[in-house]
Amino acid sequence: MARHRGRGIASVNYPIGMNLGGDPSQALVHSNPSGKFTVALSSIDLGQGMKSVTRQICAETLGVPIEDVYVDTADSDTGPHCMGSFASRGTHRVGNAVMTAAREARGVMMEAAAEELEVNAADLETDGRGNIHVKGAPHRSISTKDVAIAAQFKQGKTISGRGIFLVPLSDVDPETGEMSPATCYAHACLVAEVEVEDETGEVAMVRMDSAYELGRALNPRLVEQQLVGGAWMGVSHALYETPEPYYPEPVHGPRDFVEYLMPGPGDICPHDIAVLERPAPDGPFGAKGPGEMCANPVLPAVANAIFNAVGVRIDDLPITPEKVLRAIKAQGGARPQARR
Amino acid sequence: MSKIPLQFRHNGRDVAIFVDGGTNLLVALRELIGDMTPKFGCGQGGCGTCSVLVDGELHLSCLTLAETVAGRSIETLDGMKQGPNLHPLQRAFADNFAAQCGYCTPGMLMAAKALLDRNPAPSRDEVIEAISGNICRCTGYEPIINAILAAAGGRISA
Repeated sequence: MARHRGRGIASVNYPIGMNLGGDPSQALVHSNPSGKFTVALSSIDLGQGMKSVTRQICAETLGVPIEDVYVDTADSDTGPHCMGSFASRGTHRVGNAVMTAAREARGVMMEAAAEELEVNAADLETDGRGNIHVKGAPHRSISTKDVAIAAQFKQGKTISGRGIFLVPLSDVDPETGEMSPATCYAHACLVAEVEVEDETGEVAMVRMDSAYELGRALNPRLVEQQLVGGAWMGVSHALYETPEPYYPEPVHGPRDFVEYLMPGPGDICPHDIAVLERPAPDGPFGAKGPGEMCANPVLPAVANAIFNAVGVRIDDLPITPEKVLRAIKAQGGARPQARR
Repeated sequence: MSKIPLQFRHNGRDVAIFVDGGTNLLVALRELIGDMTPKFGCGQGGCGTCSVLVDGELHLSCLTLAETVAGRSIETLDGMKQGPNLHPLQRAFADNFAAQCGYCTPGMLMAAKALLDRNPAPSRDEVIEAISGNICRCTGYEPIINAILAAAGGRISA
């Protein structure tokens, strides 16, 4: 009876969003008389950072400080339509819509500023600190707040913009059925190292090493956070959680958090993450999306690592101690594979 | 059923309420006192997000009968910040990106405070032990552990 170490690898190409109906999302941006901007979305921030990232994208596009942008999300009564927070699409789809809307709003803002400064709008630039000035002549300047007030109360203009992102429809080749299901792909590779106890069938994570290529990381700390937590959700799918452990039989299903197995703080292991940035041509500032891809490679990598450790190939998730033990017994004992 | 008068200290302030027999501390705090920082997760002691301190000791408020805290001192996340300043643990959670969706955060912070109050320089294993009754569904345990170690002035290590 012994513990066996094994290593497994998996790579994924992950499409960002889907192609169904063009997978659109919309955004509206408008300024308030205070010179602050509101982004109206019906997209939902589940904690993954949609609000932070759309705020960054809007502020950067408008050329105003990030503090001057407020993002209002998650209400389909007050926000324009969004397909939803899924398919790793938030940053890419919603970000693109916000960028388009912010660009339009910026155009109006610059026109309004031009009227106040009595210059051509093409000669103006933003300083990113809440001012608009004539290129090369910073003293010929007006604050975005004063522009907003002038637009609202003097010029009768709304500093606002509309944005939508729609994936171009991909025709299906009638001969081959070939089409392009997505315009943007992220990539990942993960190596999982596990330890399998051949007496109990228990699998413990030893370490993970991973690399993710996900376009430009607009907020590196949020990306890292997503990758750290998401990998553990992947481990959880691989080893622990299921609502129906004996599917299709509904017996022994967990009824609450006590019975529904999930990794706890004591189950985690070192996880090294490398983020590679290859800006996406159609992403907002080159961003793709780290979303679901952070969990996906973990499952096959863990299954491969278990095979490498004890020679059993489990193709049914989650890989519970019972399944591992039955498989080890069926083949007459653990058969460690060549160390990789 | 008649109501039971109940007095205790809530974040350093005396409070007096009337509770029904069988009311748990979580309901008393949220619905009768209006302190929404302890969260309702599972209602049966499985997730830890309702954690509060009773006389400095970590308790699951959903499993604590309100009557049992009569005359005792309750601390919740609402009382953690010191005036306008964040508690070092709160600051460390923010600096270390230790919250994602944030639902487990109040319970994690209380569990961490209970630990640091009795052991100002815990090891990594002691931190893991201290938060082992708290579930983070975003599975961000690593940054949470690092944040607690950082608040303790401990070295952040893998």
